[in-house]
Amino acid sequence: MVLRLSKLVFALLAILFLVVPLIAILPLAFTSSVILTYPMPSWSMRWFTELFTADAWRRAIINSLIIGSGATILATVLGTAAALGLRNRLLRFRGFFRTMFLLPMVVPAVVLGVGMQVLLARVGLINSYAGVIVAHTVVAVPFVVVSVSGALAGIDRRVELAAQSLGAPPVTVFRRVTLPLALPGVLSGAVLAFATSLDEVVLTLFVAGPNQRTLARQMFSSIRENISPAIAAAAFLFITVTLLAGFAVILFRSVLARRR
Amino acid sequence: MAEFIRFDRITKFFGALCVVENLDLSIAKGEFVSLLGPSGSGKTTLLMMLAGFESPTSGAILVDGSAVNDVPTHRRDMGVVFQSYALFPHMTVGENIAFPLQMRGVARADTAERVRRALDMVQLSALADRRPSQLSGGQQQRVALARALVFEPRVVLMDEPLGALDKQLREQMQLDIRDLHRRLGLTIVFVTHDQSEALTMSDRVAVFNKGRIEQIGTPRQVYDEPGTRFVAEFIGETNLVEGVVEAVEGQEATVRLASGLRIVSAVTGDLAPGGPVHLSIRPERIQLAETPAEQRNCLETEVADSVYQGDHLRVQLQNAVHPLVAKLDRRSREFPPGTKVYAAFSSGDCRIIRP
Repeated sequence: MVLRLSKLVFALLAILFLVVPLIAILPLAFTSSVILTYPMPSWSMRWFTELFTADAWRRAIINSLIIGSGATILATVLGTAAALGLRNRLLRFRGFFRTMFLLPMVVPAVVLGVGMQVLLARVGLINSYAGVIVAHTVVAVPFVVVSVSGALAGIDRRVELAAQSLGAPPVTVFRRVTLPLALPGVLSGAVLAFATSLDEVVLTLFVAGPNQRTLARQMFSSIRENISPAIAAAAFLFITVTLLAGFAVILFRSVLARRR
Repeated sequence: MAEFIRFDRITKFFGALCVVENLDLSIAKGEFVSLLGPSGSGKTTLLMMLAGFESPTSGAILVDGSAVNDVPTHRRDMGVVFQSYALFPHMTVGENIAFPLQMRGVARADTAERVRRALDMVQLSALADRRPSQLSGGQQQRVALARALVFEPRVVLMDEPLGALDKQLREQMQLDIRDLHRRLGLTIVFVTHDQSEALTMSDRVAVFNKGRIEQIGTPRQVYDEPGTRFVAEFIGETNLVEGVVEAVEGQEATVRLASGLRIVSAVTGDLAPGGPVHLSIRPERIQLAETPAEQRNCLETEVADSVYQGDHLRVQLQNAVHPLVAKLDRRSREFPPGTKVYAAFSSGDCRIIRP
């Protein structure tokens, strides 16, 4: 009994540890004060209005959406292709390739950022949307590879062989069988990729110019310039979008699962 | 019958491992051929090569007179049924069966009609809108069967299709598949490691061992006239005793066992005296009596154990040199362990196996 109780207490403490920062910042999104601090004089939506009307914030949101979508599409396509390729048991150096694809997860972003800046400057993509999208894709791909690999591992290879024997050429097997079966993994990967891009600051600092300021980057700089509660509003927006995407995936997966 | 499928000196290596070795096999149109053997004997690999999932290291596979080595799977026009059913989990039963027809561009109305008939054939008409996961194993395998037959392929390949089913269902499906084979005139290549399944269903059985065919023949031939020790032991149960050929007279040979005992056995083909051989005697051919019988071969022995197995009595016999197993009719009298008995069998019940 004591043990069970202490387990429960420990679990609650652990959860608290993880969400306290959120609890601290989120209510401030609705403050009427001009500085990011407690106590809040009264509730207000003014900082959300600010977020969507002030030029710097509006641009940042749009930039995040452009770069996030670009990176998500690119990372999902590349990561899915990589996962499909890594499935081939006869592939030479399979372990090596797999490690390479996952490397951006563990390489310090600062190191990656420096390298990326030098490289993108060389090819003339520095301070451009394409450059930032490429940079974000690099760090997002591992999430897609892991997620899609997991989904592919759950597919019985003989289902694909059966499709072939029934007259489906390889492209049709992929379109009608492999992709639909791996779709939950692909979608999870896409959401993770989008979240990664949304959240990415370090690489953005290195490769983005003033025109590609993302929401995360804008928060980072404005917290040093003026401690405006718009930051809290942006954080609120962030959390909401991420949670919605997460829920959408869970919902979609359960619909798919029920259909099976 | 005309030859329809031919494996011409097929060899297959996986790395340094030779799984199929210089194998020849011909299959006629409308024939039901089982590839029977222990796991790792190359039978599944041969089937996978016929389906186009694997390609032979050397040799040619001919279907209807033309080599298919370079024809990709999706253009080979063969229905494949797997042990794991391999149904599309994201499609309904009806969509699963319609799939091969869609691949062939069959018109929509025609497709619906053919799917309906295929479902009728396997008695699953009521389940067209279910998902595979909502069906039992036996139902799933019937869907897989319908899907492999609906496009009227020129050959149907089955890789241990009944291995995942329980005994009763398996026996029912064996008869169902055999019935479909006869009714539709299908050419079927059937892989199994279950010898009774192979005997029940096939026109011919090819017994595989270590990448080669040890023997191929009708079920009766491989059971009654095993050509090698492996076949005699793998198909059914048998008593194998070692001996030396002492004399050959016409259709009979006298074999002297290590104990000095002589057994007269029927012979087919040439046999030279003096060589070491094995004698195979099926347990159900042995009769037991407490007095010497008039049969040609009669061994004095002792009952070691006797087990009632429902449909037969299994008697373990033991004398100093030759342990034997006899299967007796369930109505025959039981001998308690320790009883002295005579084991008798005719020369025709023995089969000489050359080394």
